[in-house]
Amino acid sequence: MSHLLEIDSLSVTFGGLHALKDLNFHVDEGEIVGVIGPNGAGKTTFFNMISGMVTPTSGDIRFEGESLVGLDPNQVTQRGIARTFQNVRLFANMTIVENVMVSQHCRTKQGVWGALLNTGKFRSEEQEIRQHAEKVLGFFGSRLVGYRLEQPASVLSYANRRRLEIARAMATKPKLILLDEPVAGMNPKESAELTDLIGKLRSEWGFTIVLIEHDMNVVRDVSDRVVCLDHGETLAQGSFEEVSNNPDVIEAYLGRPLEKT
Amino acid sequence: MTTAVRVKGAGRTNVDRFLTLLRVFLIGLIVVGLLAFIWQQIDPGNPFARWTHDGEPANRLTADQFQGLIVTGLSQGAMYGLIALGYSMVYGVLGFINFAHGEVFMVGAFTGFIMANKLDEAGYWEGGAFIPAVLFTVLICTLVATLTAVVMERVAYRPLRGSPRLIPLITSIGVSFFIQNAVILLFGPGAKSYPSNPDWLGEKRTFLQLEGTKILVIVVAAISMAGLWYFVERTKTGKAMRAVAEDKEIASLMGINVDRTIVTTFAVGGAMAGIAGILWGLLFRSVIATTGFLPGIKAFTAAVVGGVGNLGGAMAGGVSLGSAEALAPLVLLEPLGVDGVSQLRDAVAFTLLILVLLVKPTGLFGERLSAEDRA
Amino acid sequence: MTSTIEETASAPADVTRGAFDLEWGDLIKTGAILGLGLVFMSLAGMPTGLDGRLLIDPFLSLGYVSLLWLPLIVGWSVANEKVLEGMVATRKSARDVVAGLVVGAIGGAGLSLLIVLIGAFDIRDPLVNWNEKTQAFLSFQRGTGFGVIACIVVSALLAGFGASLHLMPRRVRRAIVSALLAVISVAVFESFLVDVADPLSFLYTKTGGLLPLWAAVVAALALAMTLSGGGERIGQARTNFQELTGPAKTRQNTILIVVSGLALIIIPMITGKITQELLANVGIFLLLALGLNIVVGLAGILDLGYVAFFAVGGYTTAVLTSTNRGPDWPEWFPTLPWWGAFLVTLLMAGLVGLFIGAPVIRMRGDYLAIVTLGFGEIIRILFLSDWLSGYFNGAQGITNIPPADFGIFEVKGTDPRSVFYLVLFFAVISIYVSWRLERSRLGRAWMAVREDESVAEAMGINTVNVKLMAFVVGAVLASFAGAIFSAKVGSIFPTSFLILVSIIILVIVIVGGMGNIVGVIVGSIVLVGVLGGPKQPGLLQEFSEYKLLIYGALLIWMMLQRPEGLVPNARRSRELHQDEFLQDAWLKGKVDDADENGNGADSGTVAPGLAGGAS
Repeated sequence: MSHLLEIDSLSVTFGGLHALKDLNFHVDEGEIVGVIGPNGAGKTTFFNMISGMVTPTSGDIRFEGESLVGLDPNQVTQRGIARTFQNVRLFANMTIVENVMVSQHCRTKQGVWGALLNTGKFRSEEQEIRQHAEKVLGFFGSRLVGYRLEQPASVLSYANRRRLEIARAMATKPKLILLDEPVAGMNPKESAELTDLIGKLRSEWGFTIVLIEHDMNVVRDVSDRVVCLDHGETLAQGSFEEVSNNPDVIEAYLGRPLEKT
Repeated sequence: MTTAVRVKGAGRTNVDRFLTLLRVFLIGLIVVGLLAFIWQQIDPGNPFARWTHDGEPANRLTADQFQGLIVTGLSQGAMYGLIALGYSMVYGVLGFINFAHGEVFMVGAFTGFIMANKLDEAGYWEGGAFIPAVLFTVLICTLVATLTAVVMERVAYRPLRGSPRLIPLITSIGVSFFIQNAVILLFGPGAKSYPSNPDWLGEKRTFLQLEGTKILVIVVAAISMAGLWYFVERTKTGKAMRAVAEDKEIASLMGINVDRTIVTTFAVGGAMAGIAGILWGLLFRSVIATTGFLPGIKAFTAAVVGGVGNLGGAMAGGVSLGSAEALAPLVLLEPLGVDGVSQLRDAVAFTLLILVLLVKPTGLFGERLSAEDRA
Repeated sequence: MTSTIEETASAPADVTRGAFDLEWGDLIKTGAILGLGLVFMSLAGMPTGLDGRLLIDPFLSLGYVSLLWLPLIVGWSVANEKVLEGMVATRKSARDVVAGLVVGAIGGAGLSLLIVLIGAFDIRDPLVNWNEKTQAFLSFQRGTGFGVIACIVVSALLAGFGASLHLMPRRVRRAIVSALLAVISVAVFESFLVDVADPLSFLYTKTGGLLPLWAAVVAALALAMTLSGGGERIGQARTNFQELTGPAKTRQNTILIVVSGLALIIIPMITGKITQELLANVGIFLLLALGLNIVVGLAGILDLGYVAFFAVGGYTTAVLTSTNRGPDWPEWFPTLPWWGAFLVTLLMAGLVGLFIGAPVIRMRGDYLAIVTLGFGEIIRILFLSDWLSGYFNGAQGITNIPPADFGIFEVKGTDPRSVFYLVLFFAVISIYVSWRLERSRLGRAWMAVREDESVAEAMGINTVNVKLMAFVVGAVLASFAGAIFSAKVGSIFPTSFLILVSIIILVIVIVGGMGNIVGVIVGSIVLVGVLGGPKQPGLLQEFSEYKLLIYGALLIWMMLQRPEGLVPNARRSRELHQDEFLQDAWLKGKVDDADENGNGADSGTVAPGLAGGAS
């Protein structure tokens, strides 16, 4: 049985430092997988590698049976993997709707001539892009639509920036979304709401999701399966309960009790 | 280090293929040129030489000519290296190309001209008084160039710290333009000639029959470089500079006065450019307001060739660029039958820049930049 | 004195400070800078060089104006206090005038010192303007003693006047400023005005310069117009226009475009050759600037070798049309009419754009700048070289380029009006191209690349292709200018394509406003029209010697004070002033931190289903 995303003994070293070591991992279609681990465990590196921003030293990443190693980030996105960033990176001076419109770039194809001659195809494609953008933004209630559409992304609050980032990832029409700490910086109410939305991303939009998260409530509520990384290695995989009760995981987070040393 | 170097494999595009072609072409050109040169040295009348020179045999380069080219290359390269140090240090610390650094060099050369002229009028630019006069001139040139660099930083760059990195670069283009034209207006547009050097300096001497002026240039450059190396690697201020280059915020948390360190960086870079300026004057004996432009750009090239932020690399890059510029026209292009090769010297320098950035973008000796500048 | 002042700032002005309650350290520093500036300008020869040009016969020459605006402006800015939100503005009072006087006097003292020093030492050898002429000019031709005092007094009075502008009621201030500007522009643009409308020459003397009587009339007119509220009415009309929305706005825009289009077609018919030539030059630089605007303004690629495409355009057209191209071209190589050559030129420029673009496109922004500069030089060196002189004639250039013949009319350099119409045609095309592309999928991708390249790539944009596209579009637009240029001049030399040209185009784009078509148009008119291009004279022909200095100073000043340009693009200025913008938005309550606090307008807008599910 082939998985949607399959990672095979993946390693990467930065000047002698093993950021990831012999990682095996897979995601099936329709799953929500949580990736946890203490700071510096290699979680973001893991995402960077899937999305093509870092090339692995060894190992293989297969998406729908095809290898992603060596592809440029835009080609990975083209194949159907979108991501958000831990330190929100919006196009701050573009409007909110433009932020989402621009991320449909790889799903559209009108070029210079269409724009110059204002062809029917160009106009209908522009309209589709716009409509899809508004639809995606509408997913977050009325926060990002209406008068907000034409506001620059830089005026948004932190929570709304995170939401816009997710919208931007959704607009690339992916199969798999990688969320890097989606609720960081949100208050409990907002994170609970977003947890709910992450569930809907799967149930209503049909996305498969991998998320990195430090907020254990979110991970518990949303994930089918949890993977814990530490020092670039997999400590444990399984359901949230299994992983959270695993002594190695507790040790990685809390340190070793004194008497054991 | 999130933006690591990408290994191209599956994602090869037409652009990559074109670039590979370009690399192969440039390297091929060098190899063919070298082979043609060697063949020409062995047998000027060989069929290839006849073919490229419209049936005439090629001109063989004599040993003297060759030696002359090398010494010219070295002495020019030493100057490029001195100027490159300023680019390299400023890029290391502030992460932007100070386009106007070439003008600091020009100001040094101009000051040198004024001083030399005045000293010559007073009769100190000859005989035994020459050496002290030159030393005094070097001192003044260094001071004026340093002052120029420091004022430049204060007026144009400090207010821009923290803005997008192309903004200070554009500003420095303005500064360069301004200084160039201010000099034209203040001192007139014509070329200024240095007084002639005393005869004993121009004589070819020592066992290699080298020209005294060129030896002087190489020696002074070497001493300055050594001094700079000591300053950066061994003194407390130098340590502060390296710390600021690595991370400004952390450095300031560690009690380093970042502003003052940056000023020091500009000052030291300016001093080196000032020395290069007076050496230029002694070597070419002529200076004009646009003197700074090309050597400035070439010095930046030298800094890139050696690896930006790497001081030893800047000097080595300068020497390689100088030699390449002196040798390549006659050694690579002439054997291939290109006419008027000396006109192409500047093109050679820029092609070298492109080649290095295509083949080894971090320079021959590696970059030393802070994490954010590498991005 | 203080109680009668109408305050412009909205904040309550409570604090009045005593007339001598000054920050002496700051004043002395500013005064010293003013003095240095004045001395520098005097030694640069600007005032003496421009002294021959009379503005108001016989009182005022351009030389004095070029020097004396400085104390006026410095005086104004000394008294100009930036009022931040939450700060209480001090009431403008006699104190500010005293500050202006002090600064002006210190600055003037710099000039006095210069007068004395010129008398005492002779360092004319390096400094070309260290001479009696400068001394006499600075002493108002009345001897050193008079000059020493006069410099201080005049400078102090001007700076004091500048400062006192703050104290005047707003309308009076506007009236004075507009009267001054009106007189100076009517006087400075003498040759232009006479060229446009010959009958106006009654305003001026035969040797140049406004007649004092007419100067007074112009000033009075300007005063009267502003005092009667003309300024406010114009301002009102502009606000009205800007606030239009929907179809009304579209209609207004259409009217505006049609009117300005008609004006552009009609103006060259009624003006003289000087203006036509000027308009043609402005147009050529506008074409170049529009192209660079796509590369720098939209895609954020700093291309310093942009002149290369101009050169390629010019040389391709020249080689294909001239009878005097280099001898080494093969027999079969065609000679085409201009429009045929033009099509090949576009293709050639696009190819060169790809060729130069491909190696540089992955480089860091600042390396890219230098490498493109290198390419620009390489291309010029190749055109200049003996090696290729069989094709391009080296330094002799290609001459005998025939006029562009379109059957009904011919475009040639001796008829600047025809050149202007051709340029206008292509300018319209370029503007259309820029406008359409900016609002397309490609334009959005360019902006994304400019904002954050690696994120843009992660969002599925092939940054290499998109940036190459910007390069190619820019190159093609530049080749328009090159093709017209070679037909206009009739000959083409490597010296027309110095790096200087690249930099001047960059200044146009930056001064106008990066990424903004209107800005680029304004930039070309203001810079090329008024100051002049690298070799082309502008309206201020007298300034040709100083224009490059002014270009440099302008570039620095714009970057430091107004990086968004004269006509800012809303996005671009946000990017450049992001901190301030955010702060302002916060103060005005625009940032929606409301839904974090749960008490703003936004909290109610959360979809009910979601809000319920969250708890």
